[in-house]
Amino acid sequence: MGFILSFHSMNMRILFLFISLLFLQPVQARTIVAGAGSSIPSLTKALLLAEDGDTIILKSGTYREGNHVIRKAITLLGENGAILDGENKHEILTISGHDIKVKGIRFINAGYSALNDFAAIKLVDCARVIIENNTVINAYFAIHISNSNDCTVRGNSVSGTPRSEQLTGNGIHLWKCSGAMIDNNHITGHRDGIYFEFVTGSTVQRNQSERNIRYGLHFMFSHNDHYTNNTFHNNGAGVAVMYSHQVTMTGNTFDENWGPSAYGLLLKEISDSHIEKNIFLRNTAGIYMEGSSRIQILHNNFTSNGWAVRVQASCDGNEFRENNFFGNSFDVATNGTMVLNTFDRNYWDKYEGYDINHDGTGDIPYHPISMYSMIVEQTPSTLILMRSFMVTLMDKAEKAIPSLTPENLVDNKPCMKPNKK
Amino acid sequence: MLKLSRYVLYDILRSKVIIAYALFLGVITFSLFSLEDNESKAILSLLNIVLIIIPLMSMIFTTIHYYNSYEFIELLLAQPMGRGRILLSEYGGVAISLVTAFWTGAGIPVLLYAFNPTGMALLFTGTCLTLIFTSLAFVTAVRARDKARGIGMALLLWFYFALIYDGLILMILFTFSDYPMEKATLALAALNPIDLGRIFIMLKMDISALMGYTGALYKQFFGSAQGILFTTAIMLAWIIAPLLIALRMFRKKDL
Repeated sequence: MGFILSFHSMNMRILFLFISLLFLQPVQARTIVAGAGSSIPSLTKALLLAEDGDTIILKSGTYREGNHVIRKAITLLGENGAILDGENKHEILTISGHDIKVKGIRFINAGYSALNDFAAIKLVDCARVIIENNTVINAYFAIHISNSNDCTVRGNSVSGTPRSEQLTGNGIHLWKCSGAMIDNNHITGHRDGIYFEFVTGSTVQRNQSERNIRYGLHFMFSHNDHYTNNTFHNNGAGVAVMYSHQVTMTGNTFDENWGPSAYGLLLKEISDSHIEKNIFLRNTAGIYMEGSSRIQILHNNFTSNGWAVRVQASCDGNEFRENNFFGNSFDVATNGTMVLNTFDRNYWDKYEGYDINHDGTGDIPYHPISMYSMIVEQTPSTLILMRSFMVTLMDKAEKAIPSLTPENLVDNKPCMKPNKK
Repeated sequence: MLKLSRYVLYDILRSKVIIAYALFLGVITFSLFSLEDNESKAILSLLNIVLIIIPLMSMIFTTIHYYNSYEFIELLLAQPMGRGRILLSEYGGVAISLVTAFWTGAGIPVLLYAFNPTGMALLFTGTCLTLIFTSLAFVTAVRARDKARGIGMALLLWFYFALIYDGLILMILFTFSDYPMEKATLALAALNPIDLGRIFIMLKMDISALMGYTGALYKQFFGSAQGILFTTAIMLAWIIAPLLIALRMFRKKDL
């Protein structure tokens, strides 16, 4: 009897499932093919017809239909060669909704407006929107996201036409977002490659940001974010992170950020953060820190920078541990005698000490600040005397009898061999 | 004139000092390149040698050679030959031997290990400095009849160009640090061939630091094609002007 009963109830369950599926049928996802050669020739019309859950496939061709708005939970897929043209006067795609996906479309010539931040793709008040594998060319702002949660921007290629700082927008711009994922994008020719303001709990990974006229990555008031394995190359002023806490930056490459005010990484008012396993290569200043506290700077490589690290006296509690310094013109510079940061077990290629007990760390402490770097900090025009005999003598004399350089800026256990991690 | 230069060369080679100089440069350069794992660090150490040792060697060697061959010069003056020709062939002989020593000693290893813009700038500067300080040494040697006095003057000149001048620049920059001194510094640096050579090499080497706030201006000036022409022109002037002064003095001198 028990057997029959259970069999009966299972049957009922299957029947119920079947019936409910029947009812669901009319509202289940449809696929709408829009564009040249199809019954729905324009994207505007397709967007009107679409319901929640539908997929629109945009056929190959160039569409000049002004601004499109997506409010429904749909998927918009571009076939190879599907181009949306903003004719230099429209914002191309405006999205405001949830569970929307835009994939594989080429956006060209989005308009410029001094009043509105026109973008090729703009997301306002969104949740769980995915922007994937699109190409944006010649836009004011390329991808602009505001007041949205859990959105993903992945595999897009963005290239702008750099004009002046005022006339060029940011590549990927996020304002007041949380849980965003910016992954594997390539951004070039914009004002800031990636711009974050009031963005929390987000991840930026595997992006390449190069040749932007201001910063490769710029973020402010953005807490608890992760930046991993990105490359920031040859941007006007490098990367700037400001007024944030609990930031983690690992495995990034900062290279060839050259210029009068260019930094590999500019830290301003950053606290309780981790900077780990990054590579700083040929920057005017590898890291420039101002008013930053309790940052762990570990296992980074500083190679061939003008200044590897410039720590202003307003920084405290920062820890430089097991980093490698190779071929930098100046290893460390500071602007005062107050030092509240620690240097420990770093490898310095300029270290001239010895290791008698063979424990891998030098027996005499290393002072990474040379007298000349203090002089240059005070009187920048003395840079013309770099590498002169006079400066070498001065540095040697200062090393024997320290008087000007901060005495407690010292690595007590400098490594004899580069740290490998 | 070439024949005379050849005699001077033979004479120099016989004294073996120049061979020792070439060997010294060769040993130092080779060991620098093989000891340092990083080739730019070796170039950096070599820079100090080029900027300090080469001017010193050129000056001392030239003055001593001049005084030693004083009797030979007196003998030549008895022959039907212009004074200018005699001094120029002396200069030619000494300069060729010093430059050859530099190229065999330092040139070959640099070409082997660091065939790049920095290495080339180093060789260019080394050659120019050799020629310049040979010219300067001729001025002191022709001027002072007394050997000790001549060598003393040469040493003082070297000391001035290698060290004192930079100290003066530093002092001026400190004193006027409230004023925009960048352009003035450029002019000041051009007045010392050692500084000029150093900046020329530094531009190839410390490009990242030079792209900083002040450095950008220096880079803009010295790094452009115009700047390279300017550097070459100033270097040439530094070779020719002292030589002309020495010639004039030698022509008028009561020997």
